[in-house]
Amino acid sequence: MFTSFSLAELENAEHLERLREEVRAFLRAELEAGAYTREPSGWDRYDAGFSRKVAAKGWIGMTWPKQYGGHEKSSLERYVVTEELLAAGAPVRAHWLADRQFGPLLLSCGSEDQKRTYLPRIAAGECYVCVGMSEPDSGSDLASIKTKATKVDGGWRVTGRKVWTSYAHKAHLMNLFARTAPFDEKNRHEGVTQFIVDLDWPGITISPIYNLAGDHDFNEVVFDDVFIPDDRVIGEVGNGWKQVSGELAHERAGSERWLNAYGVLVHLLDSAGADLDRADAEKIGRLVTHLWTLHRMSFSLAGLLNQGITPAVEAALVKDLGNQFDQDIPEAARQVMQEEDRAKLPDEDRFNEMLDRALLYAPSYPIRGGTREILRGIIARGLGLR
Amino acid sequence: MSDAMLTDSAARLFRDLCTREVTEAAEAGTWPRELWNALTDTGLAAAAQSDTGVGTVDLCALARVLGAYAAPVPLVETWLAQRMLAAANLSAVDGALTIGPVLRRDNLKLERASGGWRLSGSLKRIPWGRDAETLVLIADADDGARTVVVKKPQGWTHDWSYAREPRDAVRFDRLPVSEEDTGKGWNRSELFFNGALFRTQSMAGAMERALELTVAYAKERVQFGRLIGKFQAVQQQISAMASQVAAGSAVAQSAAEANAERLARFEIAAAKARIGEAVAVVAGVAHQVHAAMGFTHEHTLHRSTRRLWAWRDEFGTETEWQAWVGRVAAQLGGEGLWRYVVAASKPDMGAALP
Ligand SMILES: Cc1cc2nc3c(=O)[nH]c(=O)nc-3n(C[C@H](O)[C@H](O)[C@H](O)COP(=O)(O)OP(=O)(O)OC[C@H]3O[C@@H](n4cnc5c(N)ncnc54)[C@H](O)[C@@H]3O)c2cc1C
Repeated sequence: MFTSFSLAELENAEHLERLREEVRAFLRAELEAGAYTREPSGWDRYDAGFSRKVAAKGWIGMTWPKQYGGHEKSSLERYVVTEELLAAGAPVRAHWLADRQFGPLLLSCGSEDQKRTYLPRIAAGECYVCVGMSEPDSGSDLASIKTKATKVDGGWRVTGRKVWTSYAHKAHLMNLFARTAPFDEKNRHEGVTQFIVDLDWPGITISPIYNLAGDHDFNEVVFDDVFIPDDRVIGEVGNGWKQVSGELAHERAGSERWLNAYGVLVHLLDSAGADLDRADAEKIGRLVTHLWTLHRMSFSLAGLLNQGITPAVEAALVKDLGNQFDQDIPEAARQVMQEEDRAKLPDEDRFNEMLDRALLYAPSYPIRGGTREILRGIIARGLGLR
Repeated sequence: MSDAMLTDSAARLFRDLCTREVTEAAEAGTWPRELWNALTDTGLAAAAQSDTGVGTVDLCALARVLGAYAAPVPLVETWLAQRMLAAANLSAVDGALTIGPVLRRDNLKLERASGGWRLSGSLKRIPWGRDAETLVLIADADDGARTVVVKKPQGWTHDWSYAREPRDAVRFDRLPVSEEDTGKGWNRSELFFNGALFRTQSMAGAMERALELTVAYAKERVQFGRLIGKFQAVQQQISAMASQVAAGSAVAQSAAEANAERLARFEIAAAKARIGEAVAVVAGVAHQVHAAMGFTHEHTLHRSTRRLWAWRDEFGTETEWQAWVGRVAAQLGGEGLWRYVVAASKPDMGAALP
C-alpha cells in the first residue's frame, strides 16, 4: 500500500546544475534578442521558430536513442531543461506534446518505420502533434469514446468528432484514439486503438473553440469517413487503452502541472517590493514553500522515470497538488497587489496582463490532463480503496 | 548499524513497548521508565552523542519513527541536547535531556561571578522539563551565546501540550554554573531551526500513521451495506489527505538531506511551514473518516492527531515560517527566487528568526 512518498535518490547534481546554467544562458540571450516575452505560462504559447531553436540545442527528444534523432540523456537532464524553460515562461507549446507524450509512445509501442519517420522530425522541432482523446460525450470516461474506425482494404475508415483538441489548428499530426470494435460494457477498455493522423487529410475539419479568456487554444475536429492506412496504427489494434495509460503518466509527471502561473509569482515579488507586511509575507511565503515542495517532488518523479518506474499514483498526486498551487498564485497575487495597487503600476508594466491571464486560465488547470476527481480516484486506487 | 537496521530496530522497540497503557500512563503524568530504559539499553537514547557516527539523515529517520509511534519520551530533545553539547565541546551526558529556550520570547542571562557563572531568567514550555535529568540551555553572556548544562533543577510548574506531553516552566535566579558546565556552541537561532527540523520529521511520521489508520478504517467499517472506503466521497477525501501526507513526507526528507551538510535554514523553514499547513487537512480528514469512533479516547487515532496539532505549534507555526520564507523571497526578488529554490545547495540568507 502506498502511504508515504519516498524521494528518489538524486544523482550527483553537478552536471545538472551546469545544464541549468546552459539553459538559462540560452534563455537570457533569447529574451534580450526579443525572441520571446516572458509569459505567466509559456506552456500555452506556440512559437515554431522558438521550438526549432530549442531543438538545435538538443533539448527535444533528449532521452531518446541517437538513431532516432534523440540525445540519450537521462530523465533528470530532460527534467532540468523542461523545468527551466517553463519557469522562464518560454513559448514551448509547439513541440511540447510531441516531445512529452507522442515520442515516448512511439518508442514503446510504435513500429520501426514509424520511429524512423517521426522521431527525428520531432527531435528537430519540426513536427508537432495534438492529442485526440476527448469527445463531446467522453471526457473523464475515456473508454466511452464513439469515434469509429471501420476496417477496409489496406486501412481504416474513421468517422466521429473530437473536442477540446489543443492546437489541432497548428499541429501536423493527431494522435487519434478511436474505437475499432463495438463497445462492450463488460470489457469497456477493449477495442480501442491509437492512430497517427495527418491533419491535412481529406475529410478532416478543424474548427476553433474559443475559451473564456477569448483565446483560440482548443478545437473541434470532425472526421468524416477519413481513410487511415494500416501502417498508421500505433502498437496493436485494440490495445489502445493500455498504451494510453502509460502515456498519461508522462502527461502528469512533469513540472508543467505546477508552473502554469509561476510568472505571476515572479512579477508579484518584484511589484510588491522588498518591504512586505506580515500578512503579505505569509501569502507569498506560503506559495514559495509550495513551489519548493513541488519542485522536489517532481524532480524525484523524474528520478523514478529514470529508473524505468512508471509512477502513476505519485504523478497523479503531484498533479493534484500542483494544480492547486497554479490556482493559488493568482488568488494570492490579487490579494497582495490589490486593484488600488495595480492601478498605480506604470503602463508598460505587464503585471495586470499576467494576472488577468493566470486568473482566467486557472479553472482549466485541474481539468486538462485528467480532472481533480479522476486523479483522486487514481490515488484512492493506489491506497487500495477501489 | 546501517540506517535501515537502526530505524527497523527502533520501530520494533516502539511497537513492543509504546503500548496504549504506557502512553496513557505517560499522559497522566507517569514517566515511562521501562520504555526509556529500553531506549538507553539499545543505544537509541545516545544516538546523537558525538562518537556514535549516526548522521543527521539517520537521526531524522529515527525521529520519524518516534512520531509514527507517538512515543511519549524526550528522545528528540535528548538528541538535540547531545548535539548542543558536542557543538560546544562539552562532554557527553547520559540520561534523559532536554533543551531551552524553546520560545523566542524567553531569554536566559549568564553572568560571570567568582569561581564561575550565574544563570538567570525564566523558561516556559520546556519539553519534559520535570522528567529531564539534565537541561542543556542557551544563554546570553557578555561574550555572546553560551551553552549551559544544568542538572535537575527544582521548582517546575507543570504544563501540557495538546498531546499531554509535559511542557513545563522554570525560573533561575542567579543559579551557580561552574566553568566546565559551559561552552560556546549553538546560538538560539540554531537551536530553534534544529528544533523545527526534528519536529518536522516526527510530524511526517505521525501523518503517515494517521493515513495508515484512516485507510485501514475505511476498509473495515461498513455502512449502507458497503465498506465506507467504497464511497467515492470518502475516497476523494482520503486521496486529498494522502497528497498532503506525501507533501509532508517529501519536505521532511528534503530538509533532512539538505541539513546533512549545513544548517539548511531555508529548507527547514519551508518544510516546517509546509507540513504545518498540511496538518489541518490530514487531521481533519482522519477524524471525519473515523467519525465518532475517532473522537473517543478509546481509539488510538488521537495519539497521532493530537501530536500533529501540538508539534505544528512548536518551533514556529506554519504562518510564522511562511512569513519568514516570504521575507527571504522578497530579498531574492523575482529573478533570484527561482535560482534559489531549485539550487541543490542554498546560500544562507541570514534572515532573523520568524
Ligand atoms: C484547456 C484544456 C485543454 C484540453 N486539451 C485537450 C486535448 O488536447 N486533447 C484532448 O483529448 N482533451 C483535451 N482536453 C479535455 C480534457 O481532457 C477533459 O476536459 C477532461 O478529461 C474532463 O472531461 P470533460 O471536460 O468532458 O468533463 P466530464 O468528464 O464531463 O466531468 C465533469 C465533472 O464531473 C466529474 N466526474 C466525471 N466523472 C467522474 C467520476 N467517475 N468520479 C467523480 N467525478 C467525476 C469531473 O471530475 C468533472 O468535475 C482539454 C481540456 C482543457 C480544459
